[in-house]
Amino acid sequence: MNRLHAQGWAFWVGIALAMLLMLMPLPAMLQPLKPYWPALVLIYWSLESTDRVSIGLAFCVGLAADLLNGALLGDQALRLAVMVFIALRFRSRLRFFPMWQQSLAVFLLLLNNHVLQALIRAFAGDPAMPALSWLSPAVGAAIWPFVFLLLDDVNTRLRGKSAGAG
Amino acid sequence: MALPQKESSPIFSDATAGTLRLIAYLALAAILMVLDHRNGWLHRVRYLTAAAIVPIYKLAAAPADWVHGASTAFTQRSALIDENRQLREALMLAQARLNRMDAVAHQNERLKHLLDTQHLLGMHAQLARLIDVQLGPTRDRVMLNVGADEGVLVGQVVIDSHGVMGQIVETLPHASVAMLVVDPDHAVPVMLARNGLRGIAHGTGDPDQLVVPNLPLSSDIKPGDQWVTSGLGGRFPAGFPVGTITELRHGPSGMFLEALVKPAAELQRSGEVLLLREQPDPVGPPAPAPEVGPPASLAPAMPPAPGAARARLAASPARAATTP
Repeated sequence: MNRLHAQGWAFWVGIALAMLLMLMPLPAMLQPLKPYWPALVLIYWSLESTDRVSIGLAFCVGLAADLLNGALLGDQALRLAVMVFIALRFRSRLRFFPMWQQSLAVFLLLLNNHVLQALIRAFAGDPAMPALSWLSPAVGAAIWPFVFLLLDDVNTRLRGKSAGAG
Repeated sequence: MALPQKESSPIFSDATAGTLRLIAYLALAAILMVLDHRNGWLHRVRYLTAAAIVPIYKLAAAPADWVHGASTAFTQRSALIDENRQLREALMLAQARLNRMDAVAHQNERLKHLLDTQHLLGMHAQLARLIDVQLGPTRDRVMLNVGADEGVLVGQVVIDSHGVMGQIVETLPHASVAMLVVDPDHAVPVMLARNGLRGIAHGTGDPDQLVVPNLPLSSDIKPGDQWVTSGLGGRFPAGFPVGTITELRHGPSGMFLEALVKPAAELQRSGEVLLLREQPDPVGPPAPAPEVGPPASLAPAMPPAPGAARARLAASPARAATTP
């Protein structure tokens, strides 16, 4: 029970940080390269435990992100739901991939997400995204090992602490 | 070594249920997007939840503020002295120019009084600070720290000390969102400061570029010319600098010139901006003239006589010949 509590905290703090990172400005040159942080955190948690992330939760997180971003309500909700669906479907395989293969899988997930975003923007009549932003999935895949190790470390520590306490 | 059986993730069971749920959520998202696109729900929801989301923006903007503050704190003293001297010189120049302008303004007011028109030179502005967050995938919108409770209205013009930045498109109770002039959805009516040639400056999405299309090939225009707002359309008051022409090229059709313009305002720099208080009266194009003449029901039903058509055909080459 305690462990679940701690994990729940870790999950929500991770999501909140990801949202802040999403809003945080970067220098204009690096702006289009910014990785899609909420997706990385959601992928980690959908690989880590079966019952933490569901499609519905991803949808709600996406709605919150849309609310903050102010672009189009439902846009990120749709994309994150699709992403978590795919991640959960291939979870049992993805979990035991070596790191570089996992990064490749994350790259494909993020690329799929980017294609969906471009489609949605085209349908909504918004101007196309800058060409450089197509590199953003690659940046996301490149930092995936670090995100994974960081979140995994936090998770292991929490587990160890609550096991020691309980 | 056996994996714990009860936590093993099923590969194929439950799959249809998951797919159905996904389809349901996709449909829900699609419905939301269409409704939001049609009715602008998002703005209303954002307005209601502003108390919660504005602090999040401030939190997200904090690191950038710290970096800015730290860079100020660690700037060399000599650099500060230099900057101070430059600013003082600029202030003196501006003051001198202002003193001259003062006399002209008085004269203008007197003349306008004689003409019995309203004086438009007075300008009420409100100072606002940028909240440095990124909205959406591109950076064509900025957030300001004043909102509806401070009297900000949608449509107010945002300027900085160098020129027009954009206009307010969304207000929250204590924050507002401004669309920059470089947003691809944005257009501002402009005229050439030198000779009054009119055009419309569109955003390109590139933060360093505006484009003024559809200029006549024969127009007197060259790189380095400055565009100012023309005041047509009634949204932007006349006379604020918009940008300088960097390049002239032929439009896609080859029939018109296209001017590439560097915005005058410093859009990349964060800091203070001014919100113009008074919106000018909405002056649009005149209403279409009412149709005069007998009602259409009385018009003759038969087509024009063939003779008349021939006469018109014969007349048109003659007219073309007379006009050079």
